[in-house]
Parts: sequence; C-alpha cells; structure tokens
Amino acid sequence: MPDTQTDIQAVRTTILSWLQSRLDEEAMEWIKSTSDKLIDGAEDWVFYSSFSAVPRHTGKENLSLSTKEKAKAKELRTGWSPSHWSIDDLGRTLLTLSIAEEQKDVFFEKLEKTFISSDIGEGIALYQSLPLLPHPNDLTDRAAEGLRTNITSIFNAVAHRNPYPADYLDDDAWNQMVLKALFVETPLYPIQNIDSRANKKLAEMLVDYAHERWAADRDVSPELWRSVGPFADEKIVKNDLKKVLQNSSKLHQQAALLALSDSPVESAKQLVVQHSSKLDQMRQNNIDWDYIGKQFEQDSL
Amino acid sequence: MAEENMMFIDPHIHMISRTTDDYEAMRQAGIVAVIEPAFWLGQPRTNAGAMLDYFSTIVGWERFRAEQFGIVHYCTIGLNAKEANNEELAEKTMDLLPRYASKEGVVAIGEIGYDDMTDLEEKYFHQQLELAKKMDMLVLIHTPHRNKKQGTIRSMDLCEEHGLDPSKVIVDHNNEETVEDVLDRGYWTAFTIYPGTKMGNERMVDIVKKYGTERIFIDSAADWGRSDPLGVPKTAQLMLQRGISKEDVKKVCYQNALDAYKQSGAMKEEDWLDRPKIDQSQTYGGNSVLRGGLEPFIEKEEPSEDDIIIE
Ligand SMILES: [Zn+2]
Repeated sequence: MPDTQTDIQAVRTTILSWLQSRLDEEAMEWIKSTSDKLIDGAEDWVFYSSFSAVPRHTGKENLSLSTKEKAKAKELRTGWSPSHWSIDDLGRTLLTLSIAEEQKDVFFEKLEKTFISSDIGEGIALYQSLPLLPHPNDLTDRAAEGLRTNITSIFNAVAHRNPYPADYLDDDAWNQMVLKALFVETPLYPIQNIDSRANKKLAEMLVDYAHERWAADRDVSPELWRSVGPFADEKIVKNDLKKVLQNSSKLHQQAALLALSDSPVESAKQLVVQHSSKLDQMRQNNIDWDYIGKQFEQDSL
Repeated sequence: MAEENMMFIDPHIHMISRTTDDYEAMRQAGIVAVIEPAFWLGQPRTNAGAMLDYFSTIVGWERFRAEQFGIVHYCTIGLNAKEANNEELAEKTMDLLPRYASKEGVVAIGEIGYDDMTDLEEKYFHQQLELAKKMDMLVLIHTPHRNKKQGTIRSMDLCEEHGLDPSKVIVDHNNEETVEDVLDRGYWTAFTIYPGTKMGNERMVDIVKKYGTERIFIDSAADWGRSDPLGVPKTAQLMLQRGISKEDVKKVCYQNALDAYKQSGAMKEEDWLDRPKIDQSQTYGGNSVLRGGLEPFIEKEEPSEDDIIIE
C-alpha cells in the first residue's frame, strides 16, 4: 500500500485559507474557533454538534476552486480533487481533521460514531475526506461500507474523484466497486486510476454481467468494456466485442474499438486494422474512454 | 378546508406512524410544514440501537417522504419520559443526542418531561435541559397526562433552574387547567387537538376566545393512536366559523409556531415558500414512495401567488 498519509496540519492550513476567501467574517470566526477548540481537546459533544451544524454557518455553495487551488490540493495529497465539493463539505473536513491527531482509538471511535449517525450530507463529506484522514490503511472497511449503500450520492462520494479506493482497496473490493457502479448506473469515468487497477478477474465479472443483461434483453453501459479491453482474450473478442462493434449506437461501437485496441490478442489486432480509419478519426476528435463515459451519462439523463 | 389558500403548520405530529394518504390530505388542507418530535413508539425500545435508527429515520427517510408530498419536515431530538425509566437505554440515548441535535431540520431538544414523575424521569429531564442550555437549543416539553397541573409547573421550575429563557421553551399538551400558569410565566403555550384524551377543538375555540393568541399555538400530535392529522386545519375552520378573525387563526395555526421554532435557526419560511418542486420519481437510498407501476406525481407549475399569500 502506498504511503500517502497526508500532512494534516498542512491540509488544515490550506482549507482555512480557502474558507477565508469564501466566508463572511462571522462564519469564518465560528469555524476557526471551533477548529481550535477541537485541536485543544474540547468535549466530545462539541465535535458532534459542530460537525452537524457546519452548513448553518457556511452555507452550501459549490467551492469552484481556482486552478491554483486545484494544483495545491494535488500537491497536498496525490489525486485529491475537491473541486466538486461544496463549502460545507470543506468545513466538515476541517473539523474532522481537527480531531485527527487524537489517539488513534479515540479518533476512530468518534469517526465511526459520526459515520453511523450521519445524514446524507454528512456521509458525503466523511467519505470524500477518506484520503485525507490519518491511518488510511485502517479505513478500508469503512470505505467498503460506503460502497455497499444504496444511496448513490454516498456511493459516489467514495467511488468518484477520490484517490482512496485505488490506493487502498484490494482487488476484490475494487472489483465490487466497479461492478456496483454499473448496477446503480453511475458512471465509471470519474473513478480514479480505473485503467491501472483493471484485472483479469474484473474483466471476467464484467463480461458475465454483460451476458446477464443481454439475456434479459437489456443494454449495458459502453463504459463496461473499459476494464475488459486489456484482458480480452480470443473468446471475449469473438463473442462479445465483435457483437458490441455491431451495436446500432455509435458510442457502443467506439467503446468496442477502444477495448479492442487494448487487447493483446491477434483477432483483436486484426479488427483494429480493419477499422483503423475509424480509430484515427476518434483520436483526432479526442474520443477516449472519458469522452464515452461523459457522453453516455449525458445521453441517459 | 378552512379558507382558501391559508397555510398551516402542524408543529407536533408523529408522521413516522402515518400513511402517504395523510400526507396528501394534509397538503390539500394547506399544511406546509410539520415538526416530528422524537417520542416513544407504543412498543418500547429495548436497546439504544433502536433509538439510533429511529433518530436516523426522522432526520432522513421521513424528511424525504414528506418532501415527496410537498411538505417540509422538521423534528426534535430527545429521550422521552417513558423510556427514561429504562436506565440502560436512557444512558446510551443520552450519548446519542449530541450526534443528532444539530443536524439539518432539527429544531429542538424534545419532547422531554414527565410521565410518572419518577426519579429517573427527573434525572434525564435535568440532563437534557443541561444539554439544551450548553448547545443553545430550544426545548419542547411534553406535559404528563396524569397529574398534569403539577407536572407542568414542576417542568417550568426545572427549566428556570437550568437558566433557560422561557421564550426558548415550548410547553405542549396544555389544557384549561395549565394555560394560565404557562402563559403567565412567558412560555410558548401549545395545545394538542387530540380526540378524547387531550383537547377537542371546540374547547380550543373557547380557549382562544378567552386567552387571545399571544404565544398560543395548536397541533394534532397525531401518532399511532386514534388521532387526526388534520387537527390543525379542521380547528382553523371551526375557529373561523365561530367568529375568530382570520388574522388570529393565522397566528394560532401558523405564525406563532413559526416564530417559536425559527429561533432554532433550523426552520424558516423560505423553506416552504421556495421549496423544490415535488418529484416523486426521486428515490432515497433506492427507495421510492411509489409502489407497483404508480405514475410519479411531478409538480410543474410554479405555485401561484395565491398559494403563498395569507391575507
Ligand atoms: Zn408527541
């Protein structure tokens, strides 16, 4: 597992500066003094109640980070991408990080209690903050719990634009996450490092899932083939990708071509040669997996 | 129901035990917002996990369900008097309260108070008043069915002992015997229109005629018992019929409850004046209020000005 333990103090300082430029004086004073109190070891109820009360003070506007701020985020934690966060998410993360230096068991007890009684907004903030928290190796069960929920916005808080899963989930948990994303019809392209975490077992699971859907006369997302391509053997090429290539939707055809061009087997290479002009065109128009994911998401709205 | 276009708040109703038909009827009758005080469920809880799930339901699923019918849902969080007598449950519930009391839509610590007036009830009553004080929250007091007058007075004494400002405390389930003391001491004075045991609405009309409308408001406290979720709009209609002015009816059935609870910072008129359009195709955790092939109701029109204005 990678050593991506963040410098908590540095993240807090950065969050405070982002809040400073977005909050009025009164709200800023509240969040700053609350954070200080927590760092100094305030009573338990102060954390619980202020964590819940954050939106009352900060509002819920989108953060819309500047380019510089986005770069700073990545510098503090590889893959940290809070540009879609709202201001209360940021405030809640600050408060959580303000108790993060407590003894591990004390911190974990408070964190777990907060998770268990969280409402949706709180749950989103907590799961989004996973990559910033201390002892990240011990949070995998929590992350998996977030992925088990039926609440799509909570699922997305773990799965999307979050470096935690790719860094810390084992293959089984990772594979479940990708498959579940397809089940709950949430896109795959916002999953960080989806390509580098592709694996043979996942490819097989995805193909099985496609078969199931086809048997029920239902379509599958063209994004499904993204993690299949590199592990597409002769059988998958012949039975499945060829079939997708004949799909009436252009997006599905494009997905099949991208998957085929990732496959190491001979029959795939032949198909790629046959369709080389189409692939060239796609390259010229920047039609890659992310494009396909975004387009499919838009079409399904 | 009542006058066309009047808006009502039912500031005390246990929607968790009501059906979607009730929500529909309430909306049609003009109810725009409800408050669900945490209370017991008839069947006593045997462990704090049940309490945790209950709190999560009233801040979560029930809020969503109400929204699907165009009603804004708030709640209060507290350990009720009956269950305070189960000491193990009570201890663990006290531990839960700070985790719920500041959540979105939570307007007070409540409903708390006495049932049998036991030592344990008193102990947790004290502790919850102390919590409200340090969290700077409103309090909703449930006055007991038996020995009501004494219980009510003692409840107020306790609040004052903890330094709570009476204007931040709502005393509910009042009757002719308690109204004067509660009003005199400066508390919000709520009445429950509940068939048989509490107040019929004819008695309520007389109370408003006698005591006026300052700091008085009404609720249905409808729950899992034989009760009426239209208690507020029905009483409003009766008041109008019996010659109480529309302005006074508005105070007792809408404005006073709003004025009391908006002090929490968690409830404001815009919440329903600018509420999102009803869209029953939405789900909460994959669950929908619709069943088997029902067409979702999706509200299209902007509410007309007439819907909003209360003359
Ligand atoms: Zn009640």
